[in-house]
Amino acid sequence: MARLVDAQHATMQFGGLKAVNDVTLHIDEGEIVALIGPNGAGKTTLFNMLTGIYTPTEGQLTFRGEPVGGKKPHVIAKLGITRTFQNIRLFQNMSALENVMIGRHTRTKATAIGAVFRTPRFKAEEAKTVDEAYEGLKFVGLGGKANELAKNLPYGDQRRLEIARALAAEPTLLLLDEPAAGMNPQETKALNGLVRKVRALGVTILLIEHDMKVVMDLADRIYVLDFGELIAQGVPAEIQRNPKVIEAYLGSGAEALLAASKNGSPLDPPATGAPRDVASETTTDATAAEEEPTNG
Amino acid sequence: MAASKTDINAKAAAGRGTPLKIALWVLLAIGLIVTPLVFEGYGWLFVPHIMALIGLYVMLALGLNIVVGFAGLLDLGYIAFYAIGAYAGVIVGAWAFQHAPQLGPWIYFLMIPVAALAAAATGIILGTPVLRLRGDYLAIVTLGFGEIVRIIITNNPFGITNGAAGLPRAGQFIPTPFGLTWLQNNVYVPIPALGKSFVLQFDNNIYWFYVIVLLCLLTIFVVRRLDQSRLGRSWAALREDEVAASSMGVSITQTKLWAFSLGALWGGIAGLTFANFQQFVSPESFTFMESVFVVCTIVIGGMGSIPGAIVGAIIIQGLPAFIQGLAAAGKLPGIDPGVATVIANYRFLVFGLFMVVMMAWRPQGLLPSKRRAAELKPELDEIADVESEQLYDAQHDAAHPGIDE
Repeated sequence: MARLVDAQHATMQFGGLKAVNDVTLHIDEGEIVALIGPNGAGKTTLFNMLTGIYTPTEGQLTFRGEPVGGKKPHVIAKLGITRTFQNIRLFQNMSALENVMIGRHTRTKATAIGAVFRTPRFKAEEAKTVDEAYEGLKFVGLGGKANELAKNLPYGDQRRLEIARALAAEPTLLLLDEPAAGMNPQETKALNGLVRKVRALGVTILLIEHDMKVVMDLADRIYVLDFGELIAQGVPAEIQRNPKVIEAYLGSGAEALLAASKNGSPLDPPATGAPRDVASETTTDATAAEEEPTNG
Repeated sequence: MAASKTDINAKAAAGRGTPLKIALWVLLAIGLIVTPLVFEGYGWLFVPHIMALIGLYVMLALGLNIVVGFAGLLDLGYIAFYAIGAYAGVIVGAWAFQHAPQLGPWIYFLMIPVAALAAAATGIILGTPVLRLRGDYLAIVTLGFGEIVRIIITNNPFGITNGAAGLPRAGQFIPTPFGLTWLQNNVYVPIPALGKSFVLQFDNNIYWFYVIVLLCLLTIFVVRRLDQSRLGRSWAALREDEVAASSMGVSITQTKLWAFSLGALWGGIAGLTFANFQQFVSPESFTFMESVFVVCTIVIGGMGSIPGAIVGAIIIQGLPAFIQGLAAAGKLPGIDPGVATVIANYRFLVFGLFMVVMMAWRPQGLLPSKRRAAELKPELDEIADVESEQLYDAQHDAAHPGIDE
């Protein structure tokens, strides 16, 4: 598999704070890679560095061998990296269809002159853009809501519309920033299916997600960030057992507790062979772990 | 799924031509052609003059609409492009007339691209350094730009603008455009059927009114097509969310420069037309207040809306001029023609009041564009809903303390 993204010692410093510190990672073509870590670990900062919103203060970022650190966002979009946002950033007062049509921006080239004279080429391109945007909406299951204003869509639909918009640019690499945030279990399940469908298109995916069920289900490999530093990497099964990761999520001394609670936690997923749900455990056990020292 | 797609196509078809719509357009066209002739015929000479001025304001408002309404960049120095179009056209026109006097009647028309290009180029010159600015900061810089242009013109750089005295210089003139002299001399037809004093005649005002109406139609035609294109979509995206737009591949720099230059272009053409219409141009016509009036025009009419710009221009430019004209002509009972200018000054008071009321009751403008209306109105409702909910919760909690425990 070809190497798609290569980050060498990438660092992002804001004043005295190193939001991302000396991170070295790589993504290969066709993978789904997850980026996890507690809040404030620097995951979104890394996304912003990859998409040109921030310029890395140190280190190298390359995409298909081409350096992308410091390039403008629209240039990087054209190179083939598009993204969704943690806080949904749709064009709220444009229709769903128009949102996806904006996604086609890098793949169209009509000029102002073409627009004024409505040249045959302009008309053909517009018609094609509308059709393609429709296909994009159908792909994410929003075909019936093309004319709705983005802001009137339900939350889950807005998340999916963001994915459709990002996909419209025909990216090589799609960055998803917490796509399952705020979704109910059914929506999350549908999202998993959608992400798999996207991968089947040949799009490589880098995913930030707090819902461990989603992460363990989807990811081929996982990188774990904590306080801006890469503390672990590996396949899901390795990450689940990694003591450093457990410590980052639960605090020191939590590993033993976690092992102890394995037998009886009511939040354990039923034994269907599904990957274990670290997140739900972390939430229940975290309180226990915090209370333990004060009691003892 | 397929249904909603045909929906769009059906809508597009419906927009094109029901017989009723065609009839309305024909009526409007006849109205535009006949109205100034009727007023002129009865001797109300100031009405065609005002109508021409309204037309100029419509052009200005439509041009500024590209910058403010479509791209969402608040420009408080737009009148500078009006000035640049006027001066560039008159100066280059005078030079051309000197070298080729036989071009005389055609100079105005030849200068249209000159004024347009000069203004568009200035738009890019202004746009480049202010690309990083947004909102209030952009407004302040553009305001400064407008003043800089006016002051430079007043200071008569290299002796080309003739300073505060204006152009053309004493002894020179702006050549009369093609056809005007002939129409003035040959159209004089008394029509007693329309009243004893009615004379079908033609003058300067009517000529320019027709020219300006044609220019407005051209502006509307181009602006609409720009709005409904890839560029128009990227303007809207930029206005909605710059970060998201650039992450989708929209170049912020390029898109903003297109907005500045394509907006400025119409200001330039309007400026040239203004100079030719008035036969005179001086820095006094390009004060900050003029910029404010153009912004008011599109705010009152509805940002991003073409009919809004027309209605706004009629209210902002037409109404006060009409009242002043009536007073000056002695047609307002009980008002001495001598105080007409004083009456005109009250418009600042009235506009101020009007703007306050508008912002309170209809912030989206009188005839808002669909998209902009959605942006402004429901948000207010949402806020109101949230607030009343919170109020309810607060009262509810106060009435039943401890319900959470």
